[in-house]
Amino acid sequence: MGDNMLFTSYSFIIFITVLFVVYYLIPRKYQWMLLLAANYLFYFLSGPKFLIYIMATTVSTYFAGNKIGSLYNEQERYLSENKGSLSREEKKEYKAKMKSRQWKWLLACLLFNFGILGVIKYANFAIANVNYLLQAFGSDMQLSFLKLALPMGISFYTFQTMGYIIDVYRGKYPNEKNIFKLALFVSFFPQLVQGPISRYDDLSQTLYKEHPFSYKNLSFGLQRIMWGYFKKLVIADRILVAVKTLIQDPETYQGAFALVGMLFYAFQLYADFTGGIDITIGIAEVLDIRLKENFDRPYFSKNIVEYWRRWHISMGTWFRDYLFYPISVWKPMLNFSKFCRNTLGDAIGKRVPVYISTLVVWFATGLWHGAAWNFIVWGLANGIVIIISQELHPFYEWFHKKFDVKNKFGFRLFQVVRTVLLMSCLRMFDCYRDVPTTFRAFWSMFTVFNYNELFNGSLLKLGLSAADYAVLLMGLVVLITVSLIQRTGSVREKLAAKPQLVRYALYYCLIIVIIVMGAYGIGYDSSQFIYNQF
Amino acid sequence: MKKRRIWIRITAVCCLIISIFFLQKLLMPKYVTSIIEGSLIEEYYREKTPHDVIFIGDCEVYENISPITLWEKYGITSFIRGSAQQLIWHSYYLLEETLKYEKPKVVVFNVLSMKYNEPQKEEYNRLTLDGMRWSMSKVKAIKASMMEGESFLDYVFPILRFHSRWSELTSEDFKYLFKKDKVSHNGYYMRVDVKPVTSVPKPRKLADYRFGDNAWHYLDKMVELTKKHGIELVLMKAPTIYPHWYDEWEQQIEEYAEKHDLMYINFLELMEETGIDLTTTDTYDAGLHLNKSGAEKLSVYFGKILQDTFGLEDHRSDEELSLVWQEKVEFYRQMAESQYNELKEYGYLKRFRNNN
Repeated sequence: MGDNMLFTSYSFIIFITVLFVVYYLIPRKYQWMLLLAANYLFYFLSGPKFLIYIMATTVSTYFAGNKIGSLYNEQERYLSENKGSLSREEKKEYKAKMKSRQWKWLLACLLFNFGILGVIKYANFAIANVNYLLQAFGSDMQLSFLKLALPMGISFYTFQTMGYIIDVYRGKYPNEKNIFKLALFVSFFPQLVQGPISRYDDLSQTLYKEHPFSYKNLSFGLQRIMWGYFKKLVIADRILVAVKTLIQDPETYQGAFALVGMLFYAFQLYADFTGGIDITIGIAEVLDIRLKENFDRPYFSKNIVEYWRRWHISMGTWFRDYLFYPISVWKPMLNFSKFCRNTLGDAIGKRVPVYISTLVVWFATGLWHGAAWNFIVWGLANGIVIIISQELHPFYEWFHKKFDVKNKFGFRLFQVVRTVLLMSCLRMFDCYRDVPTTFRAFWSMFTVFNYNELFNGSLLKLGLSAADYAVLLMGLVVLITVSLIQRTGSVREKLAAKPQLVRYALYYCLIIVIIVMGAYGIGYDSSQFIYNQF
Repeated sequence: MKKRRIWIRITAVCCLIISIFFLQKLLMPKYVTSIIEGSLIEEYYREKTPHDVIFIGDCEVYENISPITLWEKYGITSFIRGSAQQLIWHSYYLLEETLKYEKPKVVVFNVLSMKYNEPQKEEYNRLTLDGMRWSMSKVKAIKASMMEGESFLDYVFPILRFHSRWSELTSEDFKYLFKKDKVSHNGYYMRVDVKPVTSVPKPRKLADYRFGDNAWHYLDKMVELTKKHGIELVLMKAPTIYPHWYDEWEQQIEEYAEKHDLMYINFLELMEETGIDLTTTDTYDAGLHLNKSGAEKLSVYFGKILQDTFGLEDHRSDEELSLVWQEKVEFYRQMAESQYNELKEYGYLKRFRNNN
């Protein structure tokens, strides 16, 4: 992604400021057109050559959607015209025939768009693996790598668009007749950067309507944007310096430092990703467009299943609705399920197909995160941990029957800490350069006993000063406090009920802390949002 | 009620802007002790009387020429508009800006910066540019100097550049929040300490000895600008031995001066005439810059040339000017005395300890 349109760039801030002003000055019926133009301008400024990909996805999806939609119309017309003359079987047969035609369009659309994503994002990964195998078998032949740059947000908009076409195929809603409106849905610029992956039926309701100016939207939206910048600039980009130092030199930084790196990375990833989503949702809110929440205080989850319900929600639900469920009800899978029940018994037999679907979904989730074995192993590891926790369910039930600790604060705290540590361990696959290095770093936490070095000033040699640590500590306290307040409702609503003086004092603090303590500009390695690359 | 709410919001925004302005003042480096080069450019705006001669260039002018000596010896009024690693386009735009305030008879440009064709370091650019008052000249100077990754907005709102200084603030930042002490003597950076040259390293060979097109472009513009205003442009090369001044560079400047009918003096070739001795008394950093003794010797020699060649008036009989300059002379003497005392007490100049 071109640096000129990063969320943290001045040009982006100028871009959205101008857009806000023009958006509320023009007649409301033209607002969606302005947004579409802004989306394409944003995309153009981020990398003009990538426009072709998003346009290809939009046009192909529109075309396939139109075909599927017109087949639905044709079916409806035919069935109503021949209402009395067709038997139930004939109707069923006709519907199956139409469904099969629609399926072909859907399949073509999925293959085309996932094909683009596959080639651009995964071709070199595949080539690298083929080359490795060729070498392993003693062949001198090596395939050349493709020179392909990853267009901004390709995973996000491809998944969003494919969700739309699958829903149209399923008859969940009719296809969008206006290609420009569909283009707006595909390219809505704030979510192009790092999601969320919106659903057409949610987003279209709010995207195309007329939007009157509202002070509350402006105020709440700006608060959310500022909160996002606080997380990104003050916390994530500051801690990034230490994370880079620790993970780029795993041979030096072992044991205690691997543990610190793991925890710092978990902290950074949370601040970075949720900060970006806050900015995205805040921008949309100022434009009077509602996006679904993508996080629900995930680090307060008591187990991994709950964690994945609360972290990157839009991705999780996408995989659930468009991969897990279809696999689960796929005919061969149903047959396999039957086979398992017959051979392994009911109890085990009904779980095996679910676990296979789970592993497939987590394999895909890992692959979605990146074209590398790290991500695939990370995905599968998540799936395995989920399966193990499912298998341990009877034990948990026994434990809770025996010990009445379920609602005790201490036990809940233990569950939260356990989940955070478990997820942080799994996240190590994200940050180290390859799988063996990750395992070595993880293992070193238990074999290299250098924990005393954490107290001899070594932490000040990771690129962070004592003042930086103080800021990070403050950031952590603020994040936890806000999360705790969020348990009982919207922080912004609560703030709005406070006296003006208190409100403005808090806004001032937030703005000044971002400007003064933000890790940006010359001297800082201003990083892209981690999720940009997806 | 609605009107009241609007007023409260406007007041809140104004308060925020004032707070940010205040913070910006606090976080900007003050350049009053240690690295004082950042204060040199802005001190020009304190001047109340015009100047006969304006010196422009890098450290080879602001550490090597003493305007106070030029006044005391010849009654020449002068100012040095120079800063650390001041690039030729900085010098050009500073000159352009200076000509909006006054019209000197002579402009002296030190040619060492011809060796730079591209911006070098953002930190050095800042030393020159942050001190300039806002004008089209400053805008053009910034645009000519910006490095990759820099933004014009960082110059408009320096808090965006210096925000990370919050953890380095000292009492100096509060003390000089709104008013700074004068640190230079009409742009001259005084050092009285001595560190003679002991050895001269062999200059490294360059791949290309030709000055770059950009540097020539700004020199052409400088010639054009001074001609347009009827000002004499003099080119000089200061008598310091680092960075090395190559013969190939000398030849190019000589040819250029001849072609444009400009006076060019290479003081490296006039060491005997000026009396400058870098091996004993006249440099404080082994030949990179002159100290007060060396700067005064050079000024005495150069002042005579300037007066004889361009007929510069001796203003010492002008009561009003004398009053102004008497104050400058007094400040010059006080600073010299203070530095000598410091040197006597500690053996080095405490305030510049980190620079050396």
